[in-house]
Amino acid sequence: MTPTRRSALLGLASSLAMLAALPAAAQEFITVASTTSTENSGLFGHILPIFEAETGIEVRVVSQGTGQALETGRRGDADVVFVHARAQEEAFVAEGYGVQRFDVMYNDFVIVGPSDDPAGVRATDSAAGAMAAIAGAGASFASRGDDSGTHVAEQGLWAAAGIAPAGDWYLSTGSGMGATLNTAAQVPAYALTDRGTWLSFANRGPLEIVSEGDPVLFNPYGIILVNPERHPHVKADLGQAFIDWITSPEGQAAIASFEVGGEQLFFPSAQ
Amino acid sequence: MEGPFATAFGLLLAADPVLMQIIGLSLRVTLTAVLIACLIGLPLGAALALARFPGRGPVIIVFNALMGLPPVVAGLIVYLMLSRTGPLGDLGLLFTPEAMILAQVVLILPIVVSLTRSVVEDIWAEYREQLQSLGAGRLRAVPTLLWDGRVSLLTGVLAGFGRASAEVGAVLVVGGNIAGHTRTMTTAITLETNRGNLGLAVALGIILLTLTLTLNAAAWGAGQWARGRLG
Repeated sequence: MTPTRRSALLGLASSLAMLAALPAAAQEFITVASTTSTENSGLFGHILPIFEAETGIEVRVVSQGTGQALETGRRGDADVVFVHARAQEEAFVAEGYGVQRFDVMYNDFVIVGPSDDPAGVRATDSAAGAMAAIAGAGASFASRGDDSGTHVAEQGLWAAAGIAPAGDWYLSTGSGMGATLNTAAQVPAYALTDRGTWLSFANRGPLEIVSEGDPVLFNPYGIILVNPERHPHVKADLGQAFIDWITSPEGQAAIASFEVGGEQLFFPSAQ
Repeated sequence: MEGPFATAFGLLLAADPVLMQIIGLSLRVTLTAVLIACLIGLPLGAALALARFPGRGPVIIVFNALMGLPPVVAGLIVYLMLSRTGPLGDLGLLFTPEAMILAQVVLILPIVVSLTRSVVEDIWAEYREQLQSLGAGRLRAVPTLLWDGRVSLLTGVLAGFGRASAEVGAVLVVGGNIAGHTRTMTTAITLETNRGNLGLAVALGIILLTLTLTLNAAAWGAGQWARGRLG
């Protein structure tokens, strides 16, 4: 090996070593398992810098469907879960995986569909009526199909309409909210979505809101500290500091000030 | 709306700090994974080419088959190992760049091992008598054989790099796509697709392909240079 070759190889090796040794943030951090709706809408990008600047605690958000986020908490892979499926959240606490559930905020679900509205959903006056019209017309409906909070809410609407959805028209995408909306825009199909994701979603194609405002479409978000008695490595103090902040007047104001296109996406609801 | 090429060019030109951080992390994770996979895979592949032991055939078949391991499965295996309730949970490595490196090593090690074995077997068949007459034993011949096959081996290493830099399934599962911490080019592309920002997603794809192209060109150039100098 000639000297130039050797030094070239040494240079390559040392630059690789430098890449491998890039300093990790020495800062304190917590891991929060949350939902695609909070991440995709941009809410975290808005509120977390405020919290981090104030406390120096970095919040690392893993965004998953509610079902998967709660599973991440059960396994002890997150310090805090921040999700939207009330019954599942209460079960999570009752089973001893979480300490206590706190209300944080709410938004609502809307039913979106092709602007020409082939199932005549606009003529219905309730969410269950809208679902019945879609099923009755056999119009395509794109479902999350992933045990997310939105999927659970959708199943509640079908149950309220007395329908067990099945058939060629019912498309279970098994994906996140954005991916499901991308599918719905292409088919085109009806879909249930949280308003936050919808307002910040850029690829709507022919879709628009066809049904909204029914009180059953209310979508509350709760936050829970993973139980340190079950998972001793949970950063209980830091996690509780985040929960305290997000439910404080200041955190609530940060949530209320998040807007997309001049429209408020989430409404504070901490007690 | 401006086209994705214009968006990509604009992002690169502005040296957008978020983008630069994501590119840096992607390169750090993938290049480290390639380096580790080579440190293990090159000697292991060469040893597998030369050693004769019972069950050698099945071992070769398994490594060949693992080249088709779906990234999401590799990710899940590493996830279950590193999860707090898993055997390595106490290390607290889940949702870190280190976890992503580990998952990518699992993905590309079979490629490096299998292609190395194939290359070294061919060279060994060709130079066997020559090397043995020089008194080199099978295993002592390994460094010589690897050095002789370096140009062909580079293709295997590049294949490993390509697989690692292109995959999203494994890094998404074990990294969690955490902004500023474990968000790579491919998970960022997935996120922007999910937000309906298809133009931005394509622009990020163009940047990723440009990076891959640059690295491959550099590797090819180095190969040509080595060939030219050493005949």
